Amino acid sequence: MCGIVGLYLKNPSLNRELGALFEPMLLEMTQRGPDSTGFALYRDPVGPMRVKVVLQNPALSFDWSTVAADLTQHFGCDIDFRVQHTHCLITVSATEAVVREYVMSDTAPYAVVSIGHHIEIYKEVGLPKDVARVFDLKSVQGSHAIGHTRMATESAVTTAGSHPFSTGSDLCLVHNGSLSNHNRLRRKLAKDGAVFRTENDSEVAAQYLDVQIRHGLSLEEALYGALKDLDGFFTFTIGTSDGFAVLRDPIACKPAVMAESVEWVAMASEYRALASLPGIENARVWEPEPATVYVWEKGGQGRQATTTLARAS
Amino acid sequence: MAGTQSTSPVRTVDLKVATVRELNQALHELAEDGAETDWKILNAAGNHALAVGINARCRVEIMGHVGYYCAGMNKYATLTINGNAATGLAENMMSGLVRLRGDASQSAGATGRGGLLVIEGNAAARCGISLKGLDIVVKGSVGHMSAFMAQRGRMVICGDAGSALGDSLYETQLFVKGKVVDLGADCIEKEMRAEHVEAVEALLAKAGINERAQAFRRYGSARKLYHFNIDHADAY
Repeated sequence: MCGIVGLYLKNPSLNRELGALFEPMLLEMTQRGPDSTGFALYRDPVGPMRVKVVLQNPALSFDWSTVAADLTQHFGCDIDFRVQHTHCLITVSATEAVVREYVMSDTAPYAVVSIGHHIEIYKEVGLPKDVARVFDLKSVQGSHAIGHTRMATESAVTTAGSHPFSTGSDLCLVHNGSLSNHNRLRRKLAKDGAVFRTENDSEVAAQYLDVQIRHGLSLEEALYGALKDLDGFFTFTIGTSDGFAVLRDPIACKPAVMAESVEWVAMASEYRALASLPGIENARVWEPEPATVYVWEKGGQGRQATTTLARAS
Repeated sequence: MAGTQSTSPVRTVDLKVATVRELNQALHELAEDGAETDWKILNAAGNHALAVGINARCRVEIMGHVGYYCAGMNKYATLTINGNAATGLAENMMSGLVRLRGDASQSAGATGRGGLLVIEGNAAARCGISLKGLDIVVKGSVGHMSAFMAQRGRMVICGDAGSALGDSLYETQLFVKGKVVDLGADCIEKEMRAEHVEAVEALLAKAGINERAQAFRRYGSARKLYHFNIDHADAY
């Protein structure tokens, strides 16, 4: 059992309340996943020649200024860095590929949690209320967020094994369920260039999507491929730079509820995680169909979002 | 109990104030042969196990969406839920009436023994799984694997049915007005005779749903899976 929550704000004037609206959703899912907690925040986008990297080191005394100095010297540019608990958000003026290659080194004294232009992932072992507090989730501003509360089944309870899993530029994945064919698929994906950091089955799903997208598939195509190639139980929520996607396996044992109002779109493992959202009484509430990809993306005009979820055929 | 107002003949329980445990305890304390009472439950907010295990003649109205296993094991009581329901609505209900105004998630009415379950919206996968005598009327459609291994009782589905309807069916009778994606193992279409039209008419009337009983098709067990086949005797 695990808990998943996602919130996308259609009305940008709510952006300053993202954390305040999102934190109660995540905390409501504590019973479904009390051993680790994580969330992906989409906020403060940077231009194509700037990159946001979230790094992690378990020691609270870790000297991040040394890492910052090293990156400043390597990239020959000023960098911004902000430490929050065990994580450090660093913004570098360089292309994503160059930054990725440098920080994904085996000898680096930190783990890479996320890389992108919008996304920041924060995750730790512990109860949702404790993890939310150390990263000050309630005061976060932004356009959307994906969260996960974990009850581990397939691998150890560690920070690296916590969700969300970054799946390439600005994409991330959270998973409720368990995959049966992850060992074989991991070997196959490793031959295709995927680098695995854990024994976790959900990381395999994340890497699967990353490999498919690198091969030129759209997110929707990659998700329909997942229905064919992944064996097991899953409800996935995938965060994207401008929205999120939801997919349930064809058996659909793992729960999911979606809701949409004029102000926001949300998903959760259970309705009770949505019950605190403003205007929920008048929102459309429904259960996503099995084996169907739901994609929410903002429309072409600025922050104006489309008003219905696109159900791919 | 906190959150209870007893000035009116309807006992109102606000779940913003009272706990689910307090609510269920109060309902359990009703005597099986006592006078019929009326209850209104406010702010359901997706809480699990609401109004489970009632064993008395009472009317309970729930305001809002409910979580898992609402109205489970219900005996005698009439429940109305003004919202959607999560997994396992009215699981193993024994008798009485449960009416859901919205949509039901998976396994609604699972293993139900008796009474009537009315779902005015759609039901998701595995509706009526292992049914044992309960009647279910669904105004909308049902998801895949509905009536899986269903043994007794009847299901009336006014919309469509998902794939593998009635897989490994025993003696539950299935009536569907819309399309059936496909039938499960040992489930076949059967003739809709006058007595079946009459039965569907009675169930629709009881459920308060206005549909023409003649428009339904009947599905049932081919009885090849659960009966010993003498032609296979040589195989043992």
